[in-house]
Amino acid sequence: MTETALASRAPDPLREPWSDLSRQREAATLGMWLFLMSEMLFFGALFMAFSFSRALDPAAFAEAARHAEIAYGAANTAVLVTSSLTITIAVRAANAERATLATRLLAATALLGVAFLVIKGFEYRDDLRNHLFPGHDFALGENATQIFWAFYWAMTGIHAIHLTVGVALVLRLFWLVRGGRISLVSPQLEVTSLYWHLVDAFWIVLFPVLYVAVRA
Amino acid sequence: MTDAVAPIDHAELRRARIVAGSYLDSEGGGLSEWLLATDHKRIALLYALMITAFFFIGGAAATLIRLELISPHGHFLTDDEYNHVFTLHGIIMVWFFLVPLIPATFGNFLLPLMIGAPDVAFPKLNLASWYLTLIGGICVLAAMMLGGVDTGWTFYPPYSTAFSNSNVAVAVVGVIIAGFGTIATGVNFVATTHTLRAPGMTWFRMPLFVWTIYATSLVMILATPVLAITLTLVAADRLFGLPVFDGFRGGDPLLFQHLFWFYSHPAVYIMILPAMGVVTEVITCFARRRVFGYAMMVYAVLSIAIIGFVVWGHHMFVSGQSVFASLVFSFLSFIVAVPSAIKVFNWTATLYRGQITFEAPMLYALGFVGLFTIGGLTGLFLASVPIDIQVTGTYFVVAHFHYVMVGGAVSAYFAGLHFWWPKITGRLYPESWARFAAALMFFGFNFTFFPQFILGYLGMPRRYHVYPPEFQPLNVMSSAGAVVLAAAYLMPLGYLTWACFYGKPSPANPWNAKGLEWQTSSPPPKRNFLRTPIVTEGPYDYHDLDIAPEPQARPVDAARAHD
Repeated sequence: MTETALASRAPDPLREPWSDLSRQREAATLGMWLFLMSEMLFFGALFMAFSFSRALDPAAFAEAARHAEIAYGAANTAVLVTSSLTITIAVRAANAERATLATRLLAATALLGVAFLVIKGFEYRDDLRNHLFPGHDFALGENATQIFWAFYWAMTGIHAIHLTVGVALVLRLFWLVRGGRISLVSPQLEVTSLYWHLVDAFWIVLFPVLYVAVRA
Repeated sequence: MTDAVAPIDHAELRRARIVAGSYLDSEGGGLSEWLLATDHKRIALLYALMITAFFFIGGAAATLIRLELISPHGHFLTDDEYNHVFTLHGIIMVWFFLVPLIPATFGNFLLPLMIGAPDVAFPKLNLASWYLTLIGGICVLAAMMLGGVDTGWTFYPPYSTAFSNSNVAVAVVGVIIAGFGTIATGVNFVATTHTLRAPGMTWFRMPLFVWTIYATSLVMILATPVLAITLTLVAADRLFGLPVFDGFRGGDPLLFQHLFWFYSHPAVYIMILPAMGVVTEVITCFARRRVFGYAMMVYAVLSIAIIGFVVWGHHMFVSGQSVFASLVFSFLSFIVAVPSAIKVFNWTATLYRGQITFEAPMLYALGFVGLFTIGGLTGLFLASVPIDIQVTGTYFVVAHFHYVMVGGAVSAYFAGLHFWWPKITGRLYPESWARFAAALMFFGFNFTFFPQFILGYLGMPRRYHVYPPEFQPLNVMSSAGAVVLAAAYLMPLGYLTWACFYGKPSPANPWNAKGLEWQTSSPPPKRNFLRTPIVTEGPYDYHDLDIAPEPQARPVDAARAHD
């Protein structure tokens, strides 16, 4: 199937209550940015609580952080940054009406997201084997080390939930674009990529905070 | 003098009523066309129904509390039952009644109408918000059915995380889900205000109600996520045994209080700012006056929203936070009173030399100004560290926030309900009944809550159902007032329901009010306006600038006389 055929079959991207697409795009982007602001406060509160707890006992936090598996964390950082690149090119490709390239890159983005979750799963398995979940059989001595690990599980867990939602959204876009069920200029592509970048950006903060900075 | 828009062409509006119909007209879809509605006006009605249901559930809990407190010995409920009842009252009233009260009903109905838009920016998201709030509410009610929650609405750890044997996790999840609904509503309203204003509707031509909804939405977007993450951590502590708020394992329960009040103090402004917006619309209309100090009103709304984020520590003066922190929070809490006072002075100045008529909406609005002033001034008592230490955790605090929440926000809701009732339903409400209910509500409210100021000052603690016998007379007085208040709340349920079916048809603009929502038919057509309005003047042009307003005959008088 040619790309022009795809484009002509695609439904009108204009939605209620809009009368022109540029205004609709402006609102959709603004709406997503507002949601991202909200998300920043959501994660910001976590980071604040983490920094506060760390300031109370930096030595115990450094000790606890040495048990985090930096290799997994570093690999995942590479995976997620690459996925942000692929989704950006996917949106550009779609806007240039190159549907095939866009679908491939969307698929690559979703795959990279899944790869992140798989690597994270292996990391969680190792963490559990090393008794790093707070509780009765927690491996490290001091109380504050448990707090570090409590934040580790809470932060990475909440991030993983966000990423899972992101993968679902990207797969949905993939399905829509591949079947020509959506116009290639629909604001939904950019809005989804904005969300994806936010999930990526949170990891870019999480990685140094949990794996790198506290060890020093 | 020119009108804000082209003068109303009644013949055209009648044609519109026939051609475009109204948003209430059935499309033949039965119940599903309401449950799947994306029209902002229908969603507003969905919210109104849901909120009314939650109001009476929360009200039933309040009735049990007042019943229990008639006797100092607590005969009627056990300790445990009493804990469950006031927790239910708090959770339902805060998150499922007061937070969505005005933004989700009048905000939804009026924001697009007031700025000349056909709908909100994201109509489907709007419906999703309603479902999220509903699902959250059902979770909380399920938690109650399964045995209840006994932590109080504040969910303080370590009791909520380590000790309570009640359904904290289910309730907390319900509140988180409803919180996402609130965030979605906020995003929708801010995007709508930015992108869907009609031609000529500049920022400083927006009605103050729109400004308050805009500011409230920003607070919703920025405060609610902090509540969500805090309650998520409570749930994680409970369900997975994490130690984040567990003092025995290095966690910090005070951290919870900081995070919780970082949300819950701005949440007070989520409740009161829209109420201020409603009251501004009503007072200008029934005084036939331009609002005094429009620009200052806008800046006051915005500064309340901003400063409201940095005063949360005044909830924690006795928590052991540093004296320096307490002083700073005390100072900032005094500062946030300044823009609130500006608003009260401006409403008063708006009344000056106005042509005031005392219809029900105006009675409620004037009641708001008085009760909000008492609630606000007692807030200054509590912002002062030494007085707060004396009355913290007593009925003084309970009375203070009920004056702001119930005397303020709920009075404003009833003011708006009567003011826009003809617009929403296309029918007039019975004026005499409404005036009587307004007066009764004001009386019943003061009768219920003023004694609580005295009780608190004398030292009666909140959340106790056994108390020294010398407090009984004031408690009986408060409970008697609650009976009057309950009757006053039931009255509108009766006569407004009656008016839905038997009320006289309303003209498009019964009060001769300014504002775009009155420039379309009552009830409005599906997409609000037959053609996009073009705005050429400000929102309160009731009279020329240098001329005091004149008494006017209004369409509502003719419509009432007509049989």
